[in-house]
Parts: sequence; C-alpha cells; structure tokens
Amino acid sequence: MLDLRQYNSLGEALRAALERWPDEICLIEADRDRENARFTYRQFKEQALPLASALQSAGLQDGTRAAIIMTNQSKWLVSAYAIFFCGGVLVPLDYKLSAAEQLQLLAHSRADFLVIEYHLWRAVTQAEQFHNLKARTVLVTEAPASADLAGAHRWEDFRAAAEPTFIPRKRDDPACIVYSSGTGGRPKGCVLSHENYLEQCVALTSLYAFWPGVRYLSILPTNHAIDFMVGFIGPFTCGATVVHLRTLRPEFIREAFTKYKITYMALVPMVLKNLERGLRQRFADLPPRKRKLLNALIATNRALTRRRPHLKISRALLPQVHNAFGGELRALFVGGAFTEPETLQFFYDLGIPVGNGYGCTEAGTVITVNDLKRFRGDTVGKPLPGMEVKITNPGAEGIGEVTVRSRTLMSHYLDDPEMTAETIVDGWLLTGDLGRLDSSGHLQLFGRKKNMIVTEEGKNIYPEDVETYFAGLPAKEFCVFAANYLWPARTMVGEQLILVLHPETGQEITKELAAEVAERNRRLLNYKRISGYLAWDRDFPLTASLKIKRAELAEQIRQNRDRCTVVPL
Amino acid sequence: MNTIDKTTDEVLRLAAEHFKVQRDQLSPDDDFFKKLGINSLQALDLLTRIEQHFQIELPDYELQGVSDFRTLAQRIQSRL
Repeated sequence: MLDLRQYNSLGEALRAALERWPDEICLIEADRDRENARFTYRQFKEQALPLASALQSAGLQDGTRAAIIMTNQSKWLVSAYAIFFCGGVLVPLDYKLSAAEQLQLLAHSRADFLVIEYHLWRAVTQAEQFHNLKARTVLVTEAPASADLAGAHRWEDFRAAAEPTFIPRKRDDPACIVYSSGTGGRPKGCVLSHENYLEQCVALTSLYAFWPGVRYLSILPTNHAIDFMVGFIGPFTCGATVVHLRTLRPEFIREAFTKYKITYMALVPMVLKNLERGLRQRFADLPPRKRKLLNALIATNRALTRRRPHLKISRALLPQVHNAFGGELRALFVGGAFTEPETLQFFYDLGIPVGNGYGCTEAGTVITVNDLKRFRGDTVGKPLPGMEVKITNPGAEGIGEVTVRSRTLMSHYLDDPEMTAETIVDGWLLTGDLGRLDSSGHLQLFGRKKNMIVTEEGKNIYPEDVETYFAGLPAKEFCVFAANYLWPARTMVGEQLILVLHPETGQEITKELAAEVAERNRRLLNYKRISGYLAWDRDFPLTASLKIKRAELAEQIRQNRDRCTVVPL
Repeated sequence: MNTIDKTTDEVLRLAAEHFKVQRDQLSPDDDFFKKLGINSLQALDLLTRIEQHFQIELPDYELQGVSDFRTLAQRIQSRL
C-alpha cells in the first residue's frame, strides 16, 4: 500500500494511487446480474479529471463544500475524488433520509455544490422546502433524456477539457462533514480532517490488509462511515478493487460473492443475521447423514482455528460453504450496531472470521475491532493502533463510559461549540456508551448512557429528531426518550423509543389523541418510529428558555413509572 | 375493480402467500413492517416476489419511505 504518512490529504493520496496502479481494476459497478461499469485506476482518473475541471470552472475551490446524495455506485467515488482533487470539503449525505431532511442538512452544511441521483433529485425538487436550497451548482446522475432537471446539470455532460489544477490541502484541513445523526433539532455535523482519515486508514489496514487483487464488496451506502473507509479510501490506497452492488437483495449478494471472488465485505448486523439465517436454513434442509457430517467438520474447524484463523484448513474442511462465498473470502466486517456473539461465533466456526468492530463518526469511524489473534465473539475487540480507550467513572464491575483519544477524532461539530465542548473534554471523546475493558484489553459494551438508540441497520436515532414529527400534537407537552435511557438496561439490542405524553390539564389521553399519535408515527420512516407512549400527568421541568430539562424529567419518570406502563403502538 | 385496486389486491395476496399469513388479515393501509413483523431485508424479498409476478424491475429505492401496501402498489402501478 501507499505509505500514507507521506501524504497530506485524501486527494493527494488518492491521486498517487491512480498513478501507482494504472492497470489494476479499481472499481466495478454491478446492478443485479448486470455490470454497469468497470474501471482501471487509469480509467477512473480519466473519468474524474474532466469532472474536476468542470467543477473548478464552476467555482469549486479549496474549502468549498460539496455534498453527495447517491446510492452506492461508481459515480459516488468518481465525484468524491473530483471534489478532493479540487480541494473541496465533501459532505456525504444519507440517501435514505427524506427529501426534507436532506434539504435541512444541505442548508446546515452550506454546501455550494450537490451531486445527486435523478430519482432523489426529483423528490428534493418536489419537497416544500426546495426553495431553501442554496447550492449553486447541482449535478444530477442518470437522468432520463427528456427529464426537466429544474436548473441542474446532467452529471454525464458536466465535463471540461482543460487540465484541472490539483489543489493541495493541509493535514488538519477539513476533508468531510459527516452527519452522525440529527436533522430536526440539532444536526450533528462531524468535521473530520484529512489527518483523521489518513491515520484511521493506516491503523485499519495494519490489521486487515488490502493489496492489488483484493476485491471488496460494497453494499453499504458510501456515505456510511464504514464503507467510506473500507470501501473507498482503504482499498484505493492499496491498489485493490471495490465492487459496488446496487441492490441489497440476498440472491444478488450471493451471486456477487461467487462472480467476483470477493475478499472482504462490510455489513451491518441485520444483513449478517440474514446471511446466517439463510445458511442455517440450508444446513437444516440437508439429509440427516450429511448434516451430521457437516456438524463434525464444523467442530473440527472450530478446534483447529481456536487460536487463530487458518483459511486454508477451513476452506479444505468446508469447501461447499466457502465456495458459496466465492472461495476467496478472508473476512467480513460488521459494525454500526451491536452484533450478537452467537452470530459471530457461527461464522467463525465456518472459517469465516468476522471483524466485529465498534466506533462512531466522531472518532473517525472505528474505535475497536477484533484483531482475530484469538477470536472473541463476546467483545467488540481491542482498540485500533493509536487509539487510547479508557473507562471513566467505572462502577464496582468496572463498567463506565467509554472515552477515546486519538489522532482520528473529529475536530468539532459544525457550528456547535457547545455540543463540541460537551462531547470532547480535554481531548477525550465521551462516547456515551457504557463498557468495560477486560484483562486482555478487549472492550465489552453494556448499554448506553446517552439518550439515543442504534438500529440493527446501524442508524443512530436521537429522540430530539423524532420529536419534530409530533409537533403540533393536541397535548399540553410531549417528549421522546430512548426506553433504555429512562430505565437503564444492560443491552444494546432491541432498543426502542417512547413518547412521553402530557395531555391538556384535566384531560386524559383520548382515543383520538392516541390515534393521532399512531398516525403520525406511521408516517415516520420505519426505523425512526416510537414503540409506544407513556401517559404523564405533571408539568415537564423547563429551563428559563422553556426547553425541557430532559435529564430531570427522565429522573422523575424513572422514579414514578415502570417500563410496563408504556402503551404499545 | 379499477387497475390500482387490482394491483393492490395482488400485492396483498403475494404478501400473504410469501409470509404465510391469511389474506384477509391484510388490508391496503396496513404497515407491512409492523403487521408482518419484518425488517427491510425481508421486505426486499417480497419485492423480488412482486417483480416475478408483475414481470417488472423495481429498484431497491422504490421501497424507500414506503411502509403500506397501498403506496407500494402505486409504485408498482407506475412501472406497469
């Protein structure tokens, strides 16, 4: 791989990679069983530089913010490189947010440029808040020939022949503004520097190496911090290949494994669980004698790989399983949310190690990962090289808040010094997660200290954001909480949000009000929904500026209500 | 029955078959995630079944923000 310590920015490192491996394949875009694009590093450069030239002509310069809203596909990476080449600051936004949410984040980030897929652009132009869009140049990909682009440019035609000028950036200049969550109340735009990414990349690839010939299957959206690192920066700076698959359908994921002989893939727990379910079903369908033989082979593999993975042995013992994954799979990466140890052990016993990790955007993606030097399914692994992890205020069992210090930590939240000061104290990031470091240095997680949930798809949901969808509810006041914040639980799975509802004085929660809550909840994206409501009969404690004192209210609820008083929706 | 009603009816029938529930337990405005107790990947499975039936191709994003059968049927209808 490139020696990333020699480079000052992502643009500079990527530029060097394109020169270093001109004839290696860097990117394949597959859609179902079709292949839409296949680029060598040289061809990738030929795609990106005319775009960079046109962006420069349109005024994109060092420090200009440029947002991308796209599903995972080749144009995402081509556009991102062109932006970095021009010295721009990338704002990768989640394409799964609603158009209104995307517009809010575009406004918050003050992005001057926007690259967006046609179907998403159509939704944005139809949103009520569209008139608030301030981006002066919008590029739309894959628009039909006859489409009205509402003043935007066609990405495919937005090219200039002049040689673009590479704009160098310093290590501590911002590279990306990544929204870890938040659209309604308080967007959390993590400002991550070039150094944050370069250091993270060095640390990760020291544990899980990439090289020319490695093929990484990308199914997570590239705006996702994990995929941005292990599905773009990591492989590209090592001369490896990224295979984008534009669908999450299990049948096409299976096909991609074998068709492209995949080496690595990152996924969220939900997809891993789905793979496990499929395999378990296939094993259960085997005739009894074959099933017995398979179980014996799995037990042998488990015994032989107890200390560390032995890919050759596992592939020889369980060829059918490994061939179903293409025969060259070295590891899966899972993160973004909590994964059950049984699932991780299931794959490890088959000879498919899962690099189970833990991290957050504020820390520059990954904080800990299983280094497989003795696989542990019951932890989220050890701190990455260069990552200091300590447990603050540990209780009798050693459980306390996970705090982190590293060169990969974000510099600040965009335009929010107050929240930055609450989150990074004396150079240490307070993650809000509760954990314990065991004697071998592995981190175990036990729950959350902060008022938020993480879905099994890896989405962070903050109650304050969900509250905005209940604005105007005919009640005196209301507040959304993570149930585990109100009633602490030692778990990081099955987390739920609840609505605390205080009806008008002297009234109870009527059928109409309950129906209104249910109706509004139904309009939310499914992963943002509340699971129930709690009737509350006292005024909420408020600050002088009439904001709810959440911690105080939570304490009152904790003392007066049990979890079983929540009315399910 | 007009075309969209017919499509909705077909979608309900396919969902009932695929997830092994009684057809009459499902109605057009049901939230399929909640009613069927499924996650987004399982919903994609249903999309595959629907594609085979209607002989169309529905990109994954067509399911984005959709959680009831009626809206899903409208998305299908626009591609028939």
